[in-house]
Amino acid sequence: MALARRTRRKETGLAALMLAPSLVVLGLFVLYPLGKAIWLGHQRCNSQGKACKSNGWDQYTDVLRSPEFHHALIVTAKFALLTVPLGLVLGVGLAVLADRYLKGIGIFRTIFSSTVATSIAVASLMWLFLLQPSTGALARVGWITRLFPVIKTGLLNDKGTALTAVAMSSVWANLGFTFIVVTAGLQSIPRDLYESAFVDGAGGWRRFTNVTIPMLGPTLLFASVVLVSRAFQAYGEVDLLTDGGPQPQGSTTTLTYLIYGNESTIRNNDGLQATTAVLLFVVLLVLSAVQFRSFDKRVHYAS
Amino acid sequence: MAGVRLIGITKRFGGTTAVDGVSIDIADRDFMILLGPSGCGKSTLLRMIAGLEDPTEGEVWIGDRKVNDIEPKERDVAMVFQSYALYPHKTVQANIEFPLKVRGDAKKTREMAAREAADMLGLTEYLGRKPGQLSGGQRQRVALARAIVRQPAVFCMDEPLSNLDAKLRGETRAELVALHHRLGSTFVYVTHDQVEAMTMGTRIAVMNQGVLQQVGTPQEVYDKPSTTFVATFLGTPPMNIFPAGSLEPGNHLVGVRPEHLTIDENGRLAARVLLVEQLGHEVHVTCTVIGHSETRIVVRTPTEGTIPREGDEIHVEAWAHRRHHFDPQTGRRI
Amino acid sequence: MPRKREPGAEPKRRFSKREQGTIASIDSAGRGWRKVGRYTLLLIVTFVVLFPVYATVLAALKPGNQVLQHPFVPEHFTTDVLRTAWSQGNLGRYLLNSFVVAVIVTVAQVVTAVMSAYAFAFLRFPLKALIFAVFLATLLVPFEVTLVVNRRTVDSLGWLNSFQGLAVPFLATAFGTFLIRQTFLQLPKDLREAARMDGLGHWGFLREVAVPLVRPTMGALALFAFLSSWNQYLWPRLITTEENMNTVQSGLKLLATADVDKPNLVMAGTLIAAVPVFAVLMIFQRQLVRGLTAGAVKG
Repeated sequence: MALARRTRRKETGLAALMLAPSLVVLGLFVLYPLGKAIWLGHQRCNSQGKACKSNGWDQYTDVLRSPEFHHALIVTAKFALLTVPLGLVLGVGLAVLADRYLKGIGIFRTIFSSTVATSIAVASLMWLFLLQPSTGALARVGWITRLFPVIKTGLLNDKGTALTAVAMSSVWANLGFTFIVVTAGLQSIPRDLYESAFVDGAGGWRRFTNVTIPMLGPTLLFASVVLVSRAFQAYGEVDLLTDGGPQPQGSTTTLTYLIYGNESTIRNNDGLQATTAVLLFVVLLVLSAVQFRSFDKRVHYAS
Repeated sequence: MAGVRLIGITKRFGGTTAVDGVSIDIADRDFMILLGPSGCGKSTLLRMIAGLEDPTEGEVWIGDRKVNDIEPKERDVAMVFQSYALYPHKTVQANIEFPLKVRGDAKKTREMAAREAADMLGLTEYLGRKPGQLSGGQRQRVALARAIVRQPAVFCMDEPLSNLDAKLRGETRAELVALHHRLGSTFVYVTHDQVEAMTMGTRIAVMNQGVLQQVGTPQEVYDKPSTTFVATFLGTPPMNIFPAGSLEPGNHLVGVRPEHLTIDENGRLAARVLLVEQLGHEVHVTCTVIGHSETRIVVRTPTEGTIPREGDEIHVEAWAHRRHHFDPQTGRRI
Repeated sequence: MPRKREPGAEPKRRFSKREQGTIASIDSAGRGWRKVGRYTLLLIVTFVVLFPVYATVLAALKPGNQVLQHPFVPEHFTTDVLRTAWSQGNLGRYLLNSFVVAVIVTVAQVVTAVMSAYAFAFLRFPLKALIFAVFLATLLVPFEVTLVVNRRTVDSLGWLNSFQGLAVPFLATAFGTFLIRQTFLQLPKDLREAARMDGLGHWGFLREVAVPLVRPTMGALALFAFLSSWNQYLWPRLITTEENMNTVQSGLKLLATADVDKPNLVMAGTLIAAVPVFAVLMIFQRQLVRGLTAGAVKG
């Protein structure tokens, strides 16, 4: 057993060495700050955000009850509802459209996945150019403004349309990602399933609903989890397109923007920022759990 | 060159005992077959010789060295894996050279040795290919060449032929025997295939459930099986074993190989035919002993003469000097 | 995706062709006027998807005074605006910053992931399951939560406005570890043992066998890491106050704020910022698909 013990000790040492870099980074920049944020979250700070002191854990309930948090949570939820289902539908639609063997289909696929190359800043600025209040490019086209007068005053300026406009830019920016993931999912569906459905006399639409969609289950789950978490962490598009406005309603103040935005009232208050961020974390955890559970019953994992 | 000595080897994985107190002497230049059904501990035993597992108890000696505490690479042992375990990203040449490269041999030496090993196994024209471009048989040869190139004292082989098709397996058996003669080193070869064991081994060690059953030359093991397990594991169809009562006095078990039973009007065993299998060169007749309906026996009989039909009642006689006697409790030979 | 065709790899080509047309031969959708219909549909969708890009390119190439007159009609072209944006917007510096940070992050993530994945896949050590669970748990923590404290940490280390500050928090991820570990686990177990018989220790096995065999996955991780780092927005905005330490993303915000009334300048900046990463993606498309789908289809 001496050899075994020696190898064991050697392997443990080696493992420690190999894990050390990752553990240090993850410990210092994920685990420690998470713990610290939970702790910070119960500290009350003065208005400059300095001189924080422990003051019980009711800051969490205070924030949870605050109108600002409610408002941001509702805005964020709306944003997710505007972006996720539409993003999935468009992604699936594009992927199915391009899932044929046609000459030059590769070019179309490249184009459809290309928005993955645009960072959130680039995508948002492109849309800003189109939608910008007063100077937006779309507002310069006569027939468009006649058709949608609101474009003239500015979609991003109108409290009713601002969030939808931001959501559109976000859907566009995420389209490439969804397209790529769904395309890969489509290609992993065994072909004989389609053949047997065809032999059973199922038409195109029936094959789509009875074979494609169920077999895409795991892919759709993955895509939707990613899209939901992106929606709940949306920051860049808000920062660039609306700054959380239009004010004073804060129509596009999402949770992340509430915490870190330029206009944020808690920008300099670490305690409150931490509290809100931890609550955002909890919301995301719950959402992921719900998605996995509800999908789990319906998803068909291909063996 | 060296023999291998295993003294009281036991290996436990958690609560299960994979190998239980096995002692075997493998002489220098032996072609030792470790034979047994899957899960009998034969592979574990081999891996302990190679140094890939450590025995829980007991000693492993290679030549005059106790190697329990010696790393695999220093044991003077090479191993051929069932899956061949070739490095898929390296060429055949690089695969064969690799052990020498790790050892630090000069490039020239390595290349010569690899070329020689490749020559010996007819791989010369494939040296530049990757394993993925080779057939199963060729890959198997590369694995052999990689073992040979180190000129180890002991070759460990873990079911190296099991991934080949039947025809190739037959050819390779003969080649391995020739290789063994040529290299003059010790082979330890694990298999569950009794044909491989019988045709290739100079000696066979039969194992079951971690326990060594018998060690001997193939003929010894076939002719004088020391337990009912060995008796039924070697030979197709397996030896018939039944209570003595119907054939001769006593409470022991009697074993008779199917080829040592004859259909004979005056035979003492009355039996009802259940199944007749025509194999072309012979016929296998499966029947139940009348009066002992739980006892099934198989008779091998030539295709000439009358062949019984299913449902017939026949009489069977067992050759007197080809009967084996076993203790009904322990299953050991009496 | 267009695939590179290896010469002489006939079966592979057939496979990818089959892959491309999952439903094609059943429907015979590729025939006659249905084919025309499909191409028309594809072209319309292409137009819609690419419209913002088209508008951007036009705006960036038009002389400043004409940009909003007929924003979607190609008329006069000039590279003046691009030049102005480049020099005035300090974009060269931002691109360089982004590039340096992304390269550091990419290299580090691949190295740390390969090492920790190796430990999880090939070594035995106490508390392995627990440590792995902790790794996985970090995947659940959104960046926004740790940001508050990380900003403080970086500040107290004196790393505000520095490459360290921009890069160090992202030098290791559980995602990378997980991805590479999965690939390691798919290698035949016998390989490690054969290498042991050949006399290779763990480092040797890692270098000679394990790493060469998981190179495609490492490529996917590298591209993924590069893109994630390149596209970071909130973090550089929070820890950068010195103009020269902005990345392209936070720099674009500066440009957009400063030149809010010069949309063509902003669009030129946007175009300059978009081109490098677009080029990277065109080159490494296959790795990207692998990286993005790693979490999907098969856990």
